[in-house]
Amino acid sequence: MRVASLARAAVTAGALTVLTAAPALAQTAKIDPADTAWMIAATALVLMMSIPGLALFYAGMVRKKNVLATMAQTLAVTAVCSLLWAVVGYSLAFYGDGLALGTLGRLMLGGMTTMTISPFAPTIPEALFMIYQMTFAVITVALVAGSVADRMRFSTFMWFAALWLLVVYVPIAHWVWGGGFLYAAGVLDFAGGTVVHLNAGVAGLVAAVVIGARYGYGSDNFAPYDLALAVIGTGMLWVGWFGFNGGSALAANSRAVFAIVATHLAASTGAVTWMALEWWKRGKPSVLGMISGAVAGLGTITPASGFVEPWQGIVIGLAAGLICFWSCTWLKLACGYDDSLDVFGVHGVGGATGTLLTGVFAAPAVSGAAGLLAGNAQQVLIQLYAIAVTTVWSGIATFVLLKAIAAFGPLRVNKQNEIEGLDVTQHGEALQ
Amino acid sequence: MKQIIAIIKPFKLEDVRDALLRIGVYGMTISEVKGYGRQKGHTEIYRGAEYAVNFLPKVRIEIVVPADDADRVVETIAAAAKTGQIGDGKIFVAPIDHAMRIRTGETDAGAL
Repeated sequence: MRVASLARAAVTAGALTVLTAAPALAQTAKIDPADTAWMIAATALVLMMSIPGLALFYAGMVRKKNVLATMAQTLAVTAVCSLLWAVVGYSLAFYGDGLALGTLGRLMLGGMTTMTISPFAPTIPEALFMIYQMTFAVITVALVAGSVADRMRFSTFMWFAALWLLVVYVPIAHWVWGGGFLYAAGVLDFAGGTVVHLNAGVAGLVAAVVIGARYGYGSDNFAPYDLALAVIGTGMLWVGWFGFNGGSALAANSRAVFAIVATHLAASTGAVTWMALEWWKRGKPSVLGMISGAVAGLGTITPASGFVEPWQGIVIGLAAGLICFWSCTWLKLACGYDDSLDVFGVHGVGGATGTLLTGVFAAPAVSGAAGLLAGNAQQVLIQLYAIAVTTVWSGIATFVLLKAIAAFGPLRVNKQNEIEGLDVTQHGEALQ
Repeated sequence: MKQIIAIIKPFKLEDVRDALLRIGVYGMTISEVKGYGRQKGHTEIYRGAEYAVNFLPKVRIEIVVPADDADRVVETIAAAAKTGQIGDGKIFVAPIDHAMRIRTGETDAGAL
């Protein structure tokens, strides 16, 4: 692919810059102030999605005895995975264009200077690209935690989070975005339909099955402690998503704006769709339903934003509301797995749906990339290929990781601790 | 002395308090409690998972009055708390042996 070879050339140029510190090459990096300013803001927005956005969203949906433990997972993932990203994650994901993995050329961010850029974002400082991508890695790992909420041991969860980042997230990010084989195959994933949402969803499903259902699942009352927290969290996710999808343009330009408009319309349509379905089928439109629909719309538009016309965000949001409602209220019950906070039902199913629809709707007028509607049926197959690869790698690697960690200690707390609650048994604290 | 315990619907608390003030009852203790009688509970649905909520929020009022006033207080609470719908609550009356106001050391009727 032309894009890939360009990227390869640029990576080489970047590497030369580091090795020789040649002034002539350094000058080729034209840092754009507007792009830099927008990407700093976008980075802050995406970090806000994790803390406190996702922390509130998740904590509001668990029972009172597990609120702090759920927040602790997101908070600790943010800290630990940020460090790992700087130490080795960024280098393996985005430095070097091997088909399978990058290189260790940016180990401990070595060689990164105020003058270096990444070939993937040639108008902003490389350090900014690095930390922007860091926020994506953080939220993806944090998303997985929702499926095993209420029962996973904090210590084994932290081992899982750290290893999962390196074994699952980093390779997939490299394959799709960092010049790997899916990138070379021409996969369209603007902001993380495969890398973030499908990836987290599949891992969540596997983890929920491996760890097993919560004690009392299907018989006890698992009603959320405080949906008001979840609503606040959803608002932060929604606003933060402007940085997530808009920032994925990696520049302050019209494409970023198109992505933001499509994102907002998809979130709105998802919320309205879920609300209408519940009103019709259950007689009442629930607050949990509205926020679920909004997040489903946001996750589903993610890969497509930046490739589609804004109005197509409405179509994708509608699909998100319908399909994710079905997966959370029917599929999960039919299969019997206990995905506590519907990581698979919302993010996995939404991410796959959005990735596929990107291949249908991609409009040449927006980015140059053409989908099925623009006469490029091939793109749908490429999208399916990426969905399959992500699902297989995330599924198998997650399974192996969990089994390996389980060899050293139990994945879940014992029954008595689960009944008492994770807040007091894992952290020695509790809400009064 | 009699203790009157009334379990009422939370939104009726202000009506009951106003009615009791009008007949000269100047003190009471309330707590937020949960319970059910014939009303049973209701069903909540979260993303397709249905939970039966058996215990509904209620307010429990405790008042201690001279024995002669008990009937009037009970009638006043009943009138103020009534909506006619299921779940209006119940009132119980029990004897009290002894009372003391902590600040002054007054006892029994003087302490009420």
